[in-house]
Amino acid sequence: MTEAFRDRIDIALTVNGEPVEARVPAGRHLIDFLRLDLGLTGAHASCEHGVCGACTIRVDGESVRGCLMLAAQADGADVWTVEGLSDTGAVRDLQQAFVERNALQCGFCTPGMLVAAEELLSRGTVPSRTEIREHLSGNYCRCTGYEAIVDAVEGVAIARAGKGAA
Amino acid sequence: MNIPFGNPDRPNSYIGKTVPRPNAGRLVEGRGRYVDDITLPRMTHVVFVRSPHAHARITGIDAAEALKAKGVLRVFTGADLARVCTPWVAVLAHLKGLKSPPQHAIAVDRATWVGEPVAAVVATSRAAAEDGAALVEVGYKLLPAVTDMRSALDDATPVLHDEMGENLAFRRLHEEGDVEAAMASAHKVVSARFRTARHTGVTPEPRSILADWNPAEGQLTVWHATQAPHMMQTVFAKHLDLPEGRVRVICTDVGGSYGIKVHVYPDEVAAVAIAKVMGRPVKFVADRLESFTTDIHARDHEIEARIAVDADGRILAFDVDDWTAIGAYSVYPRTSAIEGNQVVNLCGGPYDFAHYRARTSVVFQNKTPTCQYRAVGHPIAVAVTEGLVDMAAAELGMDPVEIRRRNLFPDDAYPVTSPAKMRFEGLSHHASLDKLIALMDYDALRADQAEARKRGIHRGIGIASFIELTNPSPFMYGIGGARISAQDGCTVRMDPDGSVVALSGVTEQGQGTEAMLSQIVAEGVGVTPDKVRVITGDTQVTPYGGGTWASRGAGIGGEAALQSALALKDSILEVAGAMLQAPKDALDIRAGQVVDSATGEPRMPLEELGRIVYFRGDTLPKGLPRELVQTRHFITSDYPFAFTNGVQASYLEVDTETGMVTLLKHWCVEDCGRIINPQLVDEQIRGGIVQGLGGALFEEIHYDADGQLLNGSMADYLVPMAAEMPDMVIGHVETPTKESLLGAKGAGEAGTAGAPAAVMNAINDALRPFGAQVTEMPFTPERILRALGKIDD
Ligand code: FES
Ligand code: FES
Repeated sequence: MTEAFRDRIDIALTVNGEPVEARVPAGRHLIDFLRLDLGLTGAHASCEHGVCGACTIRVDGESVRGCLMLAAQADGADVWTVEGLSDTGAVRDLQQAFVERNALQCGFCTPGMLVAAEELLSRGTVPSRTEIREHLSGNYCRCTGYEAIVDAVEGVAIARAGKGAA
Repeated sequence: MNIPFGNPDRPNSYIGKTVPRPNAGRLVEGRGRYVDDITLPRMTHVVFVRSPHAHARITGIDAAEALKAKGVLRVFTGADLARVCTPWVAVLAHLKGLKSPPQHAIAVDRATWVGEPVAAVVATSRAAAEDGAALVEVGYKLLPAVTDMRSALDDATPVLHDEMGENLAFRRLHEEGDVEAAMASAHKVVSARFRTARHTGVTPEPRSILADWNPAEGQLTVWHATQAPHMMQTVFAKHLDLPEGRVRVICTDVGGSYGIKVHVYPDEVAAVAIAKVMGRPVKFVADRLESFTTDIHARDHEIEARIAVDADGRILAFDVDDWTAIGAYSVYPRTSAIEGNQVVNLCGGPYDFAHYRARTSVVFQNKTPTCQYRAVGHPIAVAVTEGLVDMAAAELGMDPVEIRRRNLFPDDAYPVTSPAKMRFEGLSHHASLDKLIALMDYDALRADQAEARKRGIHRGIGIASFIELTNPSPFMYGIGGARISAQDGCTVRMDPDGSVVALSGVTEQGQGTEAMLSQIVAEGVGVTPDKVRVITGDTQVTPYGGGTWASRGAGIGGEAALQSALALKDSILEVAGAMLQAPKDALDIRAGQVVDSATGEPRMPLEELGRIVYFRGDTLPKGLPRELVQTRHFITSDYPFAFTNGVQASYLEVDTETGMVTLLKHWCVEDCGRIINPQLVDEQIRGGIVQGLGGALFEEIHYDADGQLLNGSMADYLVPMAAEMPDMVIGHVETPTKESLLGAKGAGEAGTAGAPAAVMNAINDALRPFGAQVTEMPFTPERILRALGKIDD
């Protein structure tokens, strides 16, 4: 390897609020880094080409496809996965709504779905069902038929708005 | 012989109620454990070198460069694995004439489809194995590829497997009555040519397996994303020459299956064989691109069919000629002839008519093998049947609902044997149709359609009745010689704290199997569902069973659970009777308490009974039976299958300028017998509908004439996403099967079975004023515009 292209990169970032330092292969995808190196198996690798959304995680406040971002690019970033979001309770209401509404079957798409849904809800408005469907249309679910997911997200949006107003 | 579960005020009434799924909370927190989440000490990864050609002789394999790559440990060829793993032949004796050549875990000297494994590279990481695989040099001599199903049997077409002598894998002709005479005397005969595209399952979790051979113990443990762990145990034992009792298959969380994960895949067997050779754990997780070329495909059918009706719209005859191409091999052990066979069995299914002829021709070709995928054969049979019924109605100027009312088997006709020789125990076509019409407000929808048409907006209503085959008996596979269990078992045990563990042979891939079992066991024993822990998917632990496929989880596994729970309750009450000096039948168990059955007055909590049985057995009468564990097995015996029925409707809009279809709403009324958990059933049906909508509008595997797969990625193979899907209204009619105490039939495939036909009929309803009609799925904008005459080249 030439100096111009090092095949291992040192990175320092926070993952789920904890500082992490690592030396990663330059070609390592962020989702592989989280899953294989850190043992955070909550987010999933499915298509590995940016279409299905199973790998969706939160990076610097935005939902990001972990299979399309290199670990090296996450140097200095603030990364959250479903494990961290569960521990802090940040998406507790959404998780409860998913369980109550059976908005998951095999659960494989669910971690990515939750991160994507939370991004929409964090805008603070009550989205229409069409807007929810549009926003989640990069997250593939083969099991549910989507309607239960839309119901769950809609319910949480309404509940959060009600609480905000009170 | 059903138990009446209808009264909601009965004690312990959990069957029929929506109760939470025990594993859902874990999955939403990302605490699932799918195969790829498991890491073992000294674990290796295998990546396959796959044929880039549809048909080629392998002239040589040079692994020298690959073996030099960092991390690469070994490279295996087909010949290497053939020494430790015997080939398999996927035929069934009852499908007369079905033939298929022996298939190896890795192709030995000839590759027969793009994606067939030709070598395996094992390395310390998946990335290293991928790098190594790119360095394996395989020499190929190209052979002519067979790709077109309709010319596969022509004399000029080369024969794919010399030893077969021809490209015909299976042919079946079923004839009942006199079809020609019925056609000749009919008021109208309508014919059409249908096509259903090649699909694949696109399971969110790719196929995954992790095999660990422990030579010191002589024990093979395989973590496998499968629907049929016991079947796989038997297969691994047989082909790797191991005692069956020394093979343990564990399936933890499985990320979607839909029939894709119930088959024997060469690369998965290879991974296990390699683990046995190397004495180290080997993991194989398919990447998405290889999933497209190696997960089974399905539904690749072309059908010419006719219907004959009299002047009153009575159906006189169906005549169906089905062709399907199954790729290079029949898939082990279920075989690839079943789908065509199902088309013959299911066409015309809901209707009372006399003359029936159906033929299926199943041919080999140089493409990915096809096999059973959710609602095997159903979407094809339903599309052909319901498409023709609608065309006949249009020809007669009759409303599509009316023609169905005139022909559906009457709800009081059962038991009935259909012209296809299917035996129906009890169906509810008319009650279901009535309910559907009410739910969708059919007349209002017709008015909306007419009003929209005035504004130049073209909406259509499509209806599709269907039957669904569930709860299969050994008549599906066992009688053909396959070691696929139609029976299932459940062991239920009470622990000292009064909680209950249920071990079941059926498995969970997200359907809610474990929730369903926990409800049944809770009601059967008399505890709350949260006191029941369900264990599935471990062949060393659970009773031998078939797993979860053909919508058998509730009907077969659920019944075994109910019977074992009732047996456990009986043994608990026997002990309680001795302790409380009361006759057994004066006692009952409710919400974890032994109670007086007449008054409901609590007599003793189960944890107290557990304490005494397990720790102070000395205080009980000598010789008192004290087995707080019971096992029961169940198999259906009166009918080969428990047929369900249902009816779906689609309301949609066709943009006649762009050919785009917008789904406005979808309805389904289904009769799956006893409903155990309404929410889970509804969501099974919704998920199934969306899978059917995918087939109707988006999904199609494309090959070129040389057998190259052209759209093998999720960017190119379209699947339904949230934005294009409609809201769906689900309704039920409940006709329990009398074959079991529980009365449950299956519900897993109904949605997929009927949705494509409903959409096809709705599109054609919208297009009818233009004299246009589509019958080739998926109904892409291009196909619709062609039908409208807006594209012709
Ligand atoms: S795995 Fe990243 S989008 Fe599919
Ligand atoms: S729940 Fe299985 S893919 Fe969404």
